[in-house]
Amino acid sequence: MVQRTKKKQPAMDRVHAWHLLREMLRIRRLEEKCVELYTAAKIRGFVHLYIGEEAVAVGTMQALEPEDNIVATYREHGHALARGVSANAIMAEMYGKMEGCSRGRGGSMHLFDAATRFYGGNAIVGGGLPLAVGLALADKIAGRPQVTACFFGEGAVAEGEFHESLNLAALWNLPVVFCCENNLYAMGTALSRSESETDICLKASSFEMPAWPVDGMDVVAVENATRRAATAVRAGGGPHFIEYRTYRFRAHSMYDPELYRDKQEVELWKTRDPISNLVERLKQQNLWQEEDWRRIEAEVAGEIEQSIEFAEAGKWEPVEELTRFVYSEAPTDVQGSKLNVQSPRPTPCTLNREPRTKSARLQRI
Amino acid sequence: MSTEKIKTTYREAIRAAIRDAMLRDERVFLMGEDVGRYGGCFAVSKGLLDEFGPERIRDTPLSESAFVGAGIGAAMGGARPIVEIMTVNFSLLALDQIVNNAATLLHMSGGQFNVPLVIRMTTGAGRQLAAQHSHSLEGWYAHIPGIKVLTPATLEDARGMLWTALEDPDPVLIFENGMLYNMEGEMAADAGAVDISKAAIRRAGKHISLITYGGTLFKTLQAAEELARDGIDAEVVDLRTLRPLDTATIVDSVTRTHRAVIVDEGWKSGSISAEIMARIMENAFYELDAPVARVCSAEVPMPYPKHLEDAAIPQVTGIVAMARRVVTGHD
Repeated sequence: MVQRTKKKQPAMDRVHAWHLLREMLRIRRLEEKCVELYTAAKIRGFVHLYIGEEAVAVGTMQALEPEDNIVATYREHGHALARGVSANAIMAEMYGKMEGCSRGRGGSMHLFDAATRFYGGNAIVGGGLPLAVGLALADKIAGRPQVTACFFGEGAVAEGEFHESLNLAALWNLPVVFCCENNLYAMGTALSRSESETDICLKASSFEMPAWPVDGMDVVAVENATRRAATAVRAGGGPHFIEYRTYRFRAHSMYDPELYRDKQEVELWKTRDPISNLVERLKQQNLWQEEDWRRIEAEVAGEIEQSIEFAEAGKWEPVEELTRFVYSEAPTDVQGSKLNVQSPRPTPCTLNREPRTKSARLQRI
Repeated sequence: MSTEKIKTTYREAIRAAIRDAMLRDERVFLMGEDVGRYGGCFAVSKGLLDEFGPERIRDTPLSESAFVGAGIGAAMGGARPIVEIMTVNFSLLALDQIVNNAATLLHMSGGQFNVPLVIRMTTGAGRQLAAQHSHSLEGWYAHIPGIKVLTPATLEDARGMLWTALEDPDPVLIFENGMLYNMEGEMAADAGAVDISKAAIRRAGKHISLITYGGTLFKTLQAAEELARDGIDAEVVDLRTLRPLDTATIVDSVTRTHRAVIVDEGWKSGSISAEIMARIMENAFYELDAPVARVCSAEVPMPYPKHLEDAAIPQVTGIVAMARRVVTGHD
């Protein structure tokens, strides 16, 4: 039996570790490009950067199945990308082009994608939690072994919807993983300035659900914790709560002069950068290859450049279509005339009482 | 439709509609405060728990925002929830979910996520429940694109609108006026789903159009009978649906009668009655022989004592007086 010293971290699977690194890098580089494009007025509106928090989105997504549901917030570029929404579709959405994942209707804060069961960037703090509870309720009623991962920041903890939703999920034993991304600031308001009790897990556990904090700057720790929670939830263990302790390196949005936090604090957190930390760990474990890194950097840069070309080449939705999808459209035949249908068009998810096999799931997605 | 009639009440008609929907579609479930063991705050769902069990007749905590939002999520997840909110005043605690989520998700997601959700709630005054249980805010909801707003007044509509709403792929709000629950009458034994896209002419007439919906329909019909004794033949239009509003039926009626009074238990300012007047102006201005008038609630929070509550909401005498003034040009 091999004795491990206390300091030594467990050995990593090389392929998986490099996958994690690559996924975090994709988010970092996509968002760095967003800043440039915002400055160039290609992207408008509000843009909330995730830089510094990449380990959370990447780690959590590893633990989820294709049939699981994701509910995210307005700081969701990373989640969408890590979930499998293409960089092209995300970039085109930020450009407001029809080829975007929400047809250009939502922009940065409202990425949606039915194919990956990505139920939106919700821009009302706390507004996504009840939706997640409902998605999980539908799964439970239908007997589907799915999990709903609900992301929100620590700012949402102050909202009534947080408490109502955690209570309902626990009361009904619903399959939700509540993923609290605690980056310490609700816009400019520090947690200690908005909460009488700053221990978020203590609040969550008061609803009789398992809750624990994890280092949100460590992608492996994030993945392990989420996997543990998702496995328990999938087995019928009811909702679980994880607090990912993380930090955003950039401003809240593009209009934020950051008067509310010390530069030193930011610099301190930057020493815990999830990407450089994983690089260091790979080096320590002799899994590092400089040329692999250069190759991945080049591939990611290529992917992002390609997404910009895709967005640039995208079309603006015709103004004549402004009012489309205020209400559902009846399905039309190939000639474009309305079909006489008795029932509404199917929702992306159909009712199925039989647990599906993984291969069937993958096929459907 | 068979000619066989049954005696029923508005409450029983809604219960029959819920029961029928539950039997027809296993995806349908009812969720709300005290819908199960208590039998519904207004006894609408009484007995359904025994028949369908607690999974499908689901009592919720007092968490309007969470259970309305859960209804939205469940609808997106393939279920067909009927969410009951005790009163329209309580629905304000769920306004975020209704307005920011239910109404926006389809458009904002570029057509990807529709929300086939039905929300039922009580509206209206008349039961001395004062200012936090008695308001008529359905007109407010009719302001919001992305949702549909139904206001059944008759037994047939109470029985028939729910299934049509459940078949709709988008969120539908159904407002049940609390004064109607005990209304008794006869209805075809096999009454079923009804169209929700058209207003109905409940009484044909030549001299004036009285346009109303929900709780004030029967006061307006009674007013029309009194007007008939004076030789004024009033047409009564029941809007049935406040969004989308059936402008064509309103305009057709006014084009025939050349006069209109709108009767609404909502307030006047920024209201559905104001919207109807605007549509008449836009579409039938040159048909009018007199300015369009309104009988609405006094602009006060609803008071508790009977005499003040009566004074605050539209009454038959007020409707008769206003219609007479519009037709004759004097009181």
